[in-house]
Amino acid sequence: MDQLFVHIDQAIIHWAQAVLPDWMAVIVAMKIPIVAIAIFGPVTMMYLTLIERKLLARIQNRFGPNRVGKFGLLQPLADGVKMLTKEDIVPEKADKIAHLLAPILIVIPALLVFAVLPFGRNMIAVDLNIGVLFFLAMSGTTTLFIFTAAWASHNKFSLLGGMRSVAQMISYEIPFVLSVVPVLVVVGSFSTVAIVEAQPGLHWFVFTPWGAVGFFIFFICAVAEVNRTPFDLPEAESELVAGFHTEYSGMKFALFYMAEFMNVFTVSALVATVFLGGWQGPILPSWVWFLLKTYTLILIMMWFRGTFPRLRADQLMGFAWKFLLELTFVNIIVAAIWYEMRSPLNHLTAAAILIVTIIVLFQFNKTEIPKKRIYKYAYAD
Amino acid sequence: MMEHTLISKPDFDTQTLEVSLGPQHPSTHGVFRMNVVLDGETIVKLKPVMGYLHRNHEKLAENMSYLGSMPYTDRLDYICSMTNNFAYALAVEKLAGIEVPERAQYIRIIMAELTRLVNHTLLIGFLLNDLGAFFTPVLYAFREREKILDLFEEVAGSRMMCNYFRFGGVKADLTPDFLPRVKELIQNYPRFLDEFEALLSENEILMARTQKVGVLPKELAVSASITGPMLRASGVPYDIRKVDHYSLYDRFKFRVPIGEHGDVYDRYYIRVLEMRESIKILDQAVKEIPSGDVISKVGAGFAKAPRNFKPKAGEAYGRIEAPKGELGFFVVSDGTNKPYRYHVRAPSFINLTILEDMCLGHKVPDAIIILGSIDIVLGEVDR
Repeated sequence: MDQLFVHIDQAIIHWAQAVLPDWMAVIVAMKIPIVAIAIFGPVTMMYLTLIERKLLARIQNRFGPNRVGKFGLLQPLADGVKMLTKEDIVPEKADKIAHLLAPILIVIPALLVFAVLPFGRNMIAVDLNIGVLFFLAMSGTTTLFIFTAAWASHNKFSLLGGMRSVAQMISYEIPFVLSVVPVLVVVGSFSTVAIVEAQPGLHWFVFTPWGAVGFFIFFICAVAEVNRTPFDLPEAESELVAGFHTEYSGMKFALFYMAEFMNVFTVSALVATVFLGGWQGPILPSWVWFLLKTYTLILIMMWFRGTFPRLRADQLMGFAWKFLLELTFVNIIVAAIWYEMRSPLNHLTAAAILIVTIIVLFQFNKTEIPKKRIYKYAYAD
Repeated sequence: MMEHTLISKPDFDTQTLEVSLGPQHPSTHGVFRMNVVLDGETIVKLKPVMGYLHRNHEKLAENMSYLGSMPYTDRLDYICSMTNNFAYALAVEKLAGIEVPERAQYIRIIMAELTRLVNHTLLIGFLLNDLGAFFTPVLYAFREREKILDLFEEVAGSRMMCNYFRFGGVKADLTPDFLPRVKELIQNYPRFLDEFEALLSENEILMARTQKVGVLPKELAVSASITGPMLRASGVPYDIRKVDHYSLYDRFKFRVPIGEHGDVYDRYYIRVLEMRESIKILDQAVKEIPSGDVISKVGAGFAKAPRNFKPKAGEAYGRIEAPKGELGFFVVSDGTNKPYRYHVRAPSFINLTILEDMCLGHKVPDAIIILGSIDIVLGEVDR
């Protein structure tokens, strides 16, 4: 079971070699992962929308979609048809070319990053030796297209949304990238496969002191990276109507949605890979472990959406610059110390330094932590 | 405090951005419109635009019988139709000197306090929606509201547009299982409030977003004639149930919660505490309600033949502590069966007048929650 998909891949290649001429067999072998990703990405996105709607509905004491197909399982298809047949409205004063390109281009990085994700043992499209760097660089470009869309729409709400998106990216990209550094220091490689192989069995990085802190920072920044509650400022429904995609309808809007949900999946997958041991785990096949961890993180993100209010832009920035950034720097040093000490003492030292840092940071930020209030009554009875 | 000037003065030239928030905007609670001038995201100027829902309520009332406008008052603040009826009935009773039987007074108070629960629950839900909590609190608020609307339906036949009050009493007596159901509600509601509070009141994000935002100083609140929970959140102990002694509120024991800072968080919390006091009032009312008529003889006669109702010439102003503030009806009679002048003092409209003062210097998301915390219903603002 563990190598199920690898065997299928091998079988197809063998068949191609037997039937087709050599040069075509090579192309087929190359195309298999591409086709697999091109199908897996959008299908994941479609069903993530359903999962999100169902989960939010249950959180909110509702049923969610349950009319189209059993348990609403065909709802994503119905939505797809609806989106495709909807009128495509382009504002009169919009920058037509940019308005068209933004939703198309935003899907590309979202699909490309699938290439470096190890879905299971031997299940990776390309084992780049700079895998993590590639992922971070690619997902960082998403913001560019969000801003393109915002600018091209010629709408003030969109513009404000785009502005917020850029500000948020600048703030959160730094702790996002730096929080992976401890892992790179310990593993000594950028390759996602090497990172997963460095966490055999249940020796996941999240179970070390620096790993736990790193995971916490990385996950928060990941949520901010994909613009989800409580960091969903660029599309802030109650403030900016729909933020950067206010002026998009039909399939163009669907493409933004697709990019967002694929980003949710890939970012959760990266968090799982880097800190939760990727496909490592006992008993179950490797790819089951990988999907289990990824979907757990996705469900946590959806849970956030169902429960948290939204932060304000300045509070968001303040949190990134005044708390997360310092903590990441300390975390890098702690990881190095932990790596050098190589004894049971290393866990204690690392934990002690991190706890002291967190307490100190809380003290520095004390003025910004809100306080409970006690109320008085007039006309006491 | 509020900064009325630009926060930063950069070396390069910047331009302000004029944005029209509304009338079609998800968070303006209807068809309200704010024309804001933004420096970055900081509000430097805000101009409220009203009137999109104007439907000539006051002039209409001057052209129909007194009782004829009772159902129209339901449509003012369509969330609290019972209290609108209450204030109008009070005004006309004052004008015509009609007595109200004791049982009817108790029924009126029960309805008014249930309405307060409906309004505050819903407001907190919508405020959280404005804060970005994706519909979860508001849907739970709706669940509780439905239970109270069921009670309204039981006595009035309608859930939202109750039209239950008559001059000199109420339209119909309570049904036999109304009081037991209210008792059950009184038992369950505090539990819902506890749950709501446990999840919301001490939520770090909610506190960070609402504390020190939209501060309304005491002096400004008084000089702008703000009333209701907004005024009390600013620290002024003014509750018409206590100062005006209308109906039978003197018989009930309840406290009036007072805020200290006058910010959005205070306005939120004051409403939670007010709901708990309302439950106390309900509890006492349900226990003490006497039996007897629900409408006086005179009132019943006029309810059957509303066109014969001709109060002697004069004027009267009836006011109550509606959930949103002081709701008053000013009625002038010239001795005919139609009011000569009819005016509504709508609390949401008057509370809205200081929106700009509270918003200046804050960001767009703050303006949205400040508007949410004022608690407006456009049916009442535009009339």
